[in-house]
Amino acid sequence: MGAGKHETYTLTVSIPLLLTLVDAGVRLGSTTVLRNLSLELAQGEVLGIEGPNGAGKSTLLRVCATLLPLDIGSGTVFDADLGSPGAQSVRPEIGLLAHQPALYDELTLRENLSFYARLLGCRQGRVDELLEGVGLSAAADRRADQTSQGMLRRVDLARLLLMEPRLLLLDEPHAGLDSAAEKLIAAVVADVIAREGAAIIVAHDTSRLADVTTRRLRLERGGLT
Amino acid sequence: MTFWKAAAVIMRKDLTVEGRSGEVLWITIPFGLIALFLIPLALPLDNPLLQRIAGPMYWVILLLFGMTIALRQSATGTTPQREALRMLGVDAAARFTGRVLATTLLSLAFALVLAPATVVLFDANLPSGWPLLIPIVMAVTLGLGIVGTVAAELTRGLRTRTALAPLLVAPLAAPLLVAAAQATESLSRGDSILLPALIIAFTVLGLAVIGVLTAGPLEETQ
Repeated sequence: MGAGKHETYTLTVSIPLLLTLVDAGVRLGSTTVLRNLSLELAQGEVLGIEGPNGAGKSTLLRVCATLLPLDIGSGTVFDADLGSPGAQSVRPEIGLLAHQPALYDELTLRENLSFYARLLGCRQGRVDELLEGVGLSAAADRRADQTSQGMLRRVDLARLLLMEPRLLLLDEPHAGLDSAAEKLIAAVVADVIAREGAAIIVAHDTSRLADVTTRRLRLERGGLT
Repeated sequence: MTFWKAAAVIMRKDLTVEGRSGEVLWITIPFGLIALFLIPLALPLDNPLLQRIAGPMYWVILLLFGMTIALRQSATGTTPQREALRMLGVDAAARFTGRVLATTLLSLAFALVLAPATVVLFDANLPSGWPLLIPIVMAVTLGLGIVGTVAAELTRGLRTRTALAPLLVAPLAAPLLVAAAQATESLSRGDSILLPALIIAFTVLGLAVIGVLTAGPLEETQ
């Protein structure tokens, strides 16, 4: 290289896509719930999707979680075709926080987490660590049906952390949570991003998510706007 | 996680939930005993018919109330609970097996309570080879557990579930009922119970194969 000469180098950084949807649509009975939906979610992204009730937000999350098949269009999650039964094999990589907690009323908070930990083959010490992490060590032996909605939400978040997912799907995560617990959501999302993952958070109002999300979209009547 | 380990975790959870909700202990077992108690009331106390119908009545009550145990609400779980389990990647057949085992143990407990009650209420004489009925009771409760769990899956989310599920269970459980009643009758006559025992064994085996094979597809059907 001669003195005074400048050479230009192009550095191409390819960020893996964890999720793609191309003209995707879902019908439930005779109703089209999602239509012409195209979406890409890259590693490290936190996508906020807002929309009114009935816009199809929860359905979209269930499609991304491979719980609901696509009726129209195509898509992939962790390179697995969303239209094929093989997509189910990536489920352990996906953490879905549904609108209602996936906990058993008759079990204590610790027993609920221990149940999922056993199925995942996690050590029981991890359960206590997570309960402490979500600030529920003192209430760990309280039955789920004797616990507030906000506390159940925290335990459900701890359940997701047990799974160590790389794709986080949160459905109205702020429902029933106080401002202190909102920081917990940010911490959970940060944990997933640190593991080279991505997240989608849906809410009817994502203004509360401004600090967490890297991109925001609006879903209305089953289509992105 | 191995198949049986996952099934054991599910079974343990189902039994803990049942132990605390008391659906079987406080509702099904007392109602089953009341049903059993009502039959002798309808007949004169010294009627020899009572002793003759003791065996068949035991099996009928076990079938009807065993069905309620299999179809109990807590065994099905809520949609978020079911979806959370699906997301874990645990074999659907293992989860099905865990549920069946829990239901079988609960039905077995019901069968054990029902047996002495039948002997007392119907003034029944135990046949000499009555210990042979123990494996029959175990197999019948297992069969009921499988049929009930499959029926609960098939009717999940339907508004007509309460009426439809028993309609599905009854015909599938009929061979178990008939063979079990025949086995009891054969024992009282001192005959061999090989044929009814084989009918029960093959029915349970067939149901188990169907249950395990359909667990995954049924779970994915919304």
